Amino acid sequence: MDWTLLIDKTILILIVFLISLGVAAYATYGERKIAAILQDRIGPDRAGPFGLLQPLADGVKFFLKEDITPAAADKFLFILGPSLFIATALMTSAVIPWGQSFFFGEHEFSLQVADLNVGILYILAVVSIGGYGIMIGGWASNNKFALLGALRASSQMISYEIPLGMSLVALLLYSNSLSLRDIVDMQQGFHWNVFYQPLGFLIFLICAFAECNRAPFDLPESESELIGGYHTEYSSMKLGFFLFAEYINMFISAALISCLFFGGYHFPGLDSLDLAPNLAAMISVIVLFSKIIFFIFFFMWVRWTLPRFRYDQLMRIGWKVLIPLSIVNVLITGAWLTFVK
Amino acid sequence: MNQLIFISLSTLTIVSALFMVFSRKPMYSVLSLIFCFFTVAGHYILLNAQFLAITHVIVYAGAIMVLFLFVVMLLNLNTVADQIKTMGFRVAAMIGAGMLFLVLLASLKSTTLGTFSFPEDNGMGMVEHVGMRLFTDYLLPFEISSILFLSAMIGAVLLAKKEKR
Repeated sequence: MDWTLLIDKTILILIVFLISLGVAAYATYGERKIAAILQDRIGPDRAGPFGLLQPLADGVKFFLKEDITPAAADKFLFILGPSLFIATALMTSAVIPWGQSFFFGEHEFSLQVADLNVGILYILAVVSIGGYGIMIGGWASNNKFALLGALRASSQMISYEIPLGMSLVALLLYSNSLSLRDIVDMQQGFHWNVFYQPLGFLIFLICAFAECNRAPFDLPESESELIGGYHTEYSSMKLGFFLFAEYINMFISAALISCLFFGGYHFPGLDSLDLAPNLAAMISVIVLFSKIIFFIFFFMWVRWTLPRFRYDQLMRIGWKVLIPLSIVNVLITGAWLTFVK
Repeated sequence: MNQLIFISLSTLTIVSALFMVFSRKPMYSVLSLIFCFFTVAGHYILLNAQFLAITHVIVYAGAIMVLFLFVVMLLNLNTVADQIKTMGFRVAAMIGAGMLFLVLLASLKSTTLGTFSFPEDNGMGMVEHVGMRLFTDYLLPFEISSILFLSAMIGAVLLAKKEKR
């Protein structure tokens, strides 16, 4: 075992972990501010300048609240649910390339935790086990609203995994690799996949909304019908975990969309600038993060613009529109690659 | 190092499989079976079959077990579990287990304990090679099994339609 590799990866994992949590915390602040702007309000402005300390105050509040476990709940699974949900939310970040490598003398510091040659399949695997946290949490609460929310969440996740996977199949056909690093490097310059796979991008985007349980697909926790959905019985930091994991999911989805369709850390003209490798790496990280922040903003923009779907509409869109559309997309891509290219 | 990982993984696999059988709550059975699948995926990775490992997780842990969990959640099996242990059921279980034991004994008798070494990493488990093999040497079995899946899907749709009438 190479010790420098081990130390490198440990440092990188810690940094990615902290950044995920930090971005998720400030995404809650961003969400409130954006909601306020869209609804012509001021939003949080009490804690610190412009209310910037609001996430901290929320975190402290979550920890200090009384932690209630319902008497009829399954104690072990009640704790397992939120833990599993936040763990799977954090796991996806392992295969995302965050930027070009840094060089310290001879030593290369890669900004990707694991360059798996089955990177995309790894993401699909993590997404597919992500639903367990919600299901276990909702069932263990022993509450009919929580159970209904959990059932909705898992059937929604299963339904939208299929078009998600199919849109990725078309992307893989085009890019010829399952490794995220290869896919990002293929889009160097301005050859972004979104121009070659517009339909695939649209399907992926819609499915990402559904997988994150974000509006207009936030039926699992639709407060007007189900009180709070799967986390009705949760309180204190366990509830915090559920809410937090949702924002981490959003952050990771934004990162994935940027990497798969918008060139990742590349931007037009990066190579022609001829910068020192470390400076170029720094810029590439900043580029990726500005793309991510834009997509997080997009997620919030949609939430405060579109109303929620009805459940039958949700299922109809998933099964009768998105799945056939994604299969057609695979066919078109295959035909294009065989006959035109 | 590999030996150590193998031993701990195998222990986890066996313990979770046993827990799945002996657990009194169906929910815990399902969850330990999921855990068992993950450890089996770990074995695949030890054998340099990353693609197989990840599809194993996607298909079994991600798709099939979710449906199992659905059934367990909705049926609330806790109350039913104790009622089915009649005398006939016990006798049938004993005969079944005895026959399984016999088969296992017979198959174990003819095996010899060899030494095991981990295979060389020749890239066989990579997705390119698996795909190459599937679409050249094993094309016919691959297509036939896909027809099997298609017929299963159509059958499920048909069953669901029948109930509506």
